Amino acid sequence: MTSADFRILLPEILLSGYAMAALMAAVYTTRDKLAATLVWATAGLFVALALYIGAAGVGERTVFNGLFVDDPFARFAKVTILLSAAAVLVMSQDYMYRRDLLRFEYPILVTLAVVGMMVMVSSADLITLYMGLELQSLSLYVVASIRRDSAKSSEAGLKYFVLGALSSGLLLYGASLVYGYAGTTQFAGILTTVQAGVPLGLLFGLVFMLAGLAFKVSAAPFHMWTPDVYEGSPTPVTAFFATAPKVAAMALIARLVQDAFGGIPGQWGQVLAALAVASMFLGAVAAIGQRDIKRLMAYSSIAHMGYALIGLCVGTAYGVQATMIYMAIYVTMNVGTFAFILSMERDGRPVSDIAGLNQFARKEPLKALAMLVLLFSLAGVPPMVGFFGKFYVLKAAVDAGWVWLAVAGAVASVIGAFYYLRLVYFMYFGAEQDPVDSRMAPVQWGMLVAVAAIMLLGIVNLFGIEGPAALAAQALVR
Amino acid sequence: MDLILREYLPILILLAVAVGLGLVLILAAAVLAVRNPDPEKVSAYECGFNAFDDARMKFDVRFYLVSILFIIFDLEVAFLFPWAVAFGDMSMAAFWSMMLFLGVLTVGFAYEWKKGALEWE
Repeated sequence: MTSADFRILLPEILLSGYAMAALMAAVYTTRDKLAATLVWATAGLFVALALYIGAAGVGERTVFNGLFVDDPFARFAKVTILLSAAAVLVMSQDYMYRRDLLRFEYPILVTLAVVGMMVMVSSADLITLYMGLELQSLSLYVVASIRRDSAKSSEAGLKYFVLGALSSGLLLYGASLVYGYAGTTQFAGILTTVQAGVPLGLLFGLVFMLAGLAFKVSAAPFHMWTPDVYEGSPTPVTAFFATAPKVAAMALIARLVQDAFGGIPGQWGQVLAALAVASMFLGAVAAIGQRDIKRLMAYSSIAHMGYALIGLCVGTAYGVQATMIYMAIYVTMNVGTFAFILSMERDGRPVSDIAGLNQFARKEPLKALAMLVLLFSLAGVPPMVGFFGKFYVLKAAVDAGWVWLAVAGAVASVIGAFYYLRLVYFMYFGAEQDPVDSRMAPVQWGMLVAVAAIMLLGIVNLFGIEGPAALAAQALVR
Repeated sequence: MDLILREYLPILILLAVAVGLGLVLILAAAVLAVRNPDPEKVSAYECGFNAFDDARMKFDVRFYLVSILFIIFDLEVAFLFPWAVAFGDMSMAAFWSMMLFLGVLTVGFAYEWKKGALEWE
């Protein structure tokens, strides 16, 4: 361990230190009165670190005796995670304050979850992988039940915890099989082993690990917890679940299959393809019957994870680049959509019933227009940016010879477009009914409009994320 | 591969001895022991009263907190023991790692203390 090792780890160390300092500062002073300040300070720190990682990081280094890796791929994922977490934090502050949910533990738990995610995407060893994953998951279980006097929120937390523990068990079982057959926990060592020939036990381990990670990205058939947890958690927490952790888990899958099992794409490609197809169709079909917009977004995220997995299962650098672009676009769209969902209320109480959107456009034309752009983008209608995300992954599939997968993706996206467009229909041509109020803090309004603008303006060059994403993919796929 | 397996051989032997000893003890109780039952002897509480009620009763959720706190410090001790045993030939990095770990635990402890988790009423 040298000082250079610690310098690579600086963002994570800084965030952990900040979390502990903030915890002490808040609990020994004014407690929850400090929460709003902490939310802004945390978000500011996230943005500063994202800029630092994006600007100061160069090259590729493995530190701490091969436990932790810093490369363009990790940096791309970290910047996405930090920025989306910061966006969700600042837009949730007003909502949580008005519902008396703004405890000072909230920003601190989010910080710890983000540290876990950053460790996840940088892991170069099964031990690091598991440690990061658990730090993230344990923080998220607590955040899910932060409204602890509500039965639904507690139920969400408990369900998430029990199923999360199950998935961790699957992952650990797989990891121990991999360790048993490879004789090492380091990704580089596992890669050398599989290149010499794949023992059957190692293959079992790989499949178990992928199943455990599929829980975390909520890919079908491991998606059961998602709708209930999304519905039960307070909306800002749902917004957080739908963004940063998804990027981290997807990046982790990419890192695991490429860094540790890169020599045998034929083995994990099939597993990921099955997950992708199941997720896309389940997400598209099951969302049609939903009456609650948070449940609908849960199924929407399941479907989106399916598309992102397409890019990974083809196993090429272009595929990984497509997935990273897709995830960046996906979190941006979700930040905007949840900024709107957060504002839906009736008589001061939050509502999430889809019927409340009827004739919303007559009441708030600008917000309805922004939502229209976002929903079109989520559905993948050209020329919104969401279309380019789908285009990228499908093109990656076709280029690598997975034509049937691309066709399945296209069919699923047509089915999925129905429920997004139905929301638009409700807003503009719905039944005559009193629509919901939409009370937005300036931050939420700014997020909604900014994201809608990004969805339209991004078609010029996707704000230049293709370059960094390509760099990230080339660092990962060798 | 064989080398790794050979390293685990003592564990396998220990496992066999443990299972064997357990079986011997149980079987000895069934085969060798003198059995002379009477109604008083086989009743549930030979030394006192009949059972009052079901053992599966509700109890205070605060016990859960106590058990969680116990686990934290239990783990701390589990880490400290090997660290203390190897203290003689340990690098400064190992020393400060443990100090850092203890510091983090102290932060958590200070938080729960101030938050009132240790007060019963």
